[in-house]
Amino acid sequence: MLTRIFALLMAVFMAAPALAQDGPLRLTITDGVIEPLPFAIPTFEAETSGSEQLAQDITRLAAQDLTNTGLFREIPASAFISNPAGFGTPLQFADWRAINAQAVIRGAVAVNGDQVSVKFRLYDVFTGEELGEGLQFAGTQQGWRRMAHKVADAAYSRITGEGGYFDSRVVFVSESGPKDNRQKRLAIMDYDGANLQYLTDSSSIVLAPRFSPRGDRVLYTTYESGFPRINVLDVASVGRQQVNTAEGEMAFSPRFSSDASRVIYSLTNGGNTDLYITDIASGQHTRLTEAPSIETSPSFSPDGTQIAFESDRSGTPQLYIMPIGGGESRRISFGDGRYGTPVWSPRGDLIAFTKQNAGRFHIGVMRTDGSEERLLTASPLDEGPTWSPNGRVLMFTRESLGASGTSSLYTTDVGGLNLRAVPVEGGASDAGWGPLQP
Amino acid sequence: MTFTTKALVVLLALATTACTRPDRFGGADGADGMAGANAGAAANAGAQGAAGDPSSPQYFSQTIGDRVLFSVDSIALTPEGRSTLDGQAQWLQTNSDYLAIIEGHADEVGTREYNIGLGSRRANAVREYLVSRGVPTSRLRTISYGKERPIEVCSDESCYSRNRRAVTVISVGSMS
Repeated sequence: MLTRIFALLMAVFMAAPALAQDGPLRLTITDGVIEPLPFAIPTFEAETSGSEQLAQDITRLAAQDLTNTGLFREIPASAFISNPAGFGTPLQFADWRAINAQAVIRGAVAVNGDQVSVKFRLYDVFTGEELGEGLQFAGTQQGWRRMAHKVADAAYSRITGEGGYFDSRVVFVSESGPKDNRQKRLAIMDYDGANLQYLTDSSSIVLAPRFSPRGDRVLYTTYESGFPRINVLDVASVGRQQVNTAEGEMAFSPRFSSDASRVIYSLTNGGNTDLYITDIASGQHTRLTEAPSIETSPSFSPDGTQIAFESDRSGTPQLYIMPIGGGESRRISFGDGRYGTPVWSPRGDLIAFTKQNAGRFHIGVMRTDGSEERLLTASPLDEGPTWSPNGRVLMFTRESLGASGTSSLYTTDVGGLNLRAVPVEGGASDAGWGPLQP
Repeated sequence: MTFTTKALVVLLALATTACTRPDRFGGADGADGMAGANAGAAANAGAQGAAGDPSSPQYFSQTIGDRVLFSVDSIALTPEGRSTLDGQAQWLQTNSDYLAIIEGHADEVGTREYNIGLGSRRANAVREYLVSRGVPTSRLRTISYGKERPIEVCSDESCYSRNRRAVTVISVGSMS
């Protein structure tokens, strides 16, 4: 069997993508992409009368998901040679080879009352075979975007061998009002900015919401009691309650452990900020750091054995890693400037961070031993990266400066390519990216 | 320092100077910090006396000075800051019915969570100085707003230098 592996290497290291020819369609994501993979996605077949519009919408959204990754390039329908026949008929591979489509996605949409079902097949044009089994998703008319995202996730996943991230949600802080009277409220949306929903009102400051690993709860910092405290919010019911932290003047910067059994956070007493863990079931608190420095922005490793955090114990804010069961912390950031907000990749391989140097802010990544630091963005004020569920994309806050400064959310891939603004009405900051939905 | 719940409620509800503080937003800011009684604060303003009355919170904020400023990344008190805090300490000792909440703030150059820690350090530096000048620690409480509450909105040092501040906010209350 022939193979084609598009090795997508950083331009810095290799000038051209490697093309091998002995296996099925596979796009190997390394650090970026030079040549997006061309694919075709004919408008899905409407299997029931009246489902034409929905079939069109789902097709377009799935195409947009794939194209917006920067890894894929859609071949426009005007270039198609054969009018794609029905979902069940054989694909005319020669016609797709002729226009250099590497992959073809076909689908069909049926509507029965409020119920929608979407069928999907992915074809490897070069080998002339189907890539993976056909899939079928069912849902409601209202949830049509999720079905499109699931189609795109399946195609992305089969072609790259990585998990997808399109059917996921983001919790964030929605901002309004001028800079010196900023109103903040928690909001949730799909990863692409659709289906925005507010979770709190703007009567008190809320900061840095973060999902539980399953995406059913959100931890965040709130000033609603007058002082910074940590709340946990149930996403389905929007009910919220204060987390019983260890006693202190302020508690903030919370994050769930990877098994959701514990909350790690910063607690301030006498002007000194240290890290604590509270076991949710037992209510037992453990103090992790005792230094007179500021320790904050803790983040668990995916296996739950270590944390990355930010500390200014060396004189400036830097990144550290510490075993959770006790033991010495070690500094991992050694470049010029100040480092903050370390977030462990869900794949476990990288730490994303905010870096401040020479009057600029950057979002960057480094290996967990601090090597191979790579800055992905640069602007007057970027901060607060959060990982896509597959560890391939980072969302972060970019704030424009000056009196009219506003915050917006952006994404970049881990190669530093494909910078995109997330379309959100109004100001938005402090994104927390949730897991892939079941 | 421990406040009873009751004392805290009193403290929050009777923050009568909330409406006079330039760094405190208008009525929309209700649930943040002590400003829950903005409307009441306005009504009470007359009863609290004018800035000419040396025992009034207005006198404290306007004549003595309610804030001290800090250098970049610093929590060191300047000579000018110490002088202001000497005046604050004297006023608090003379007007012993009042409590104070010290708010620490940072400029926008820094990450959100680190700046909360930094603001807390600044508030604590002021608290320690006031205590060293004889103000009972039980009458002082600290909070940090990090970079969430700038009073100046430009993005250069002329604004940053005024945003890096600790503001002593006078509240009516008792430690019953």
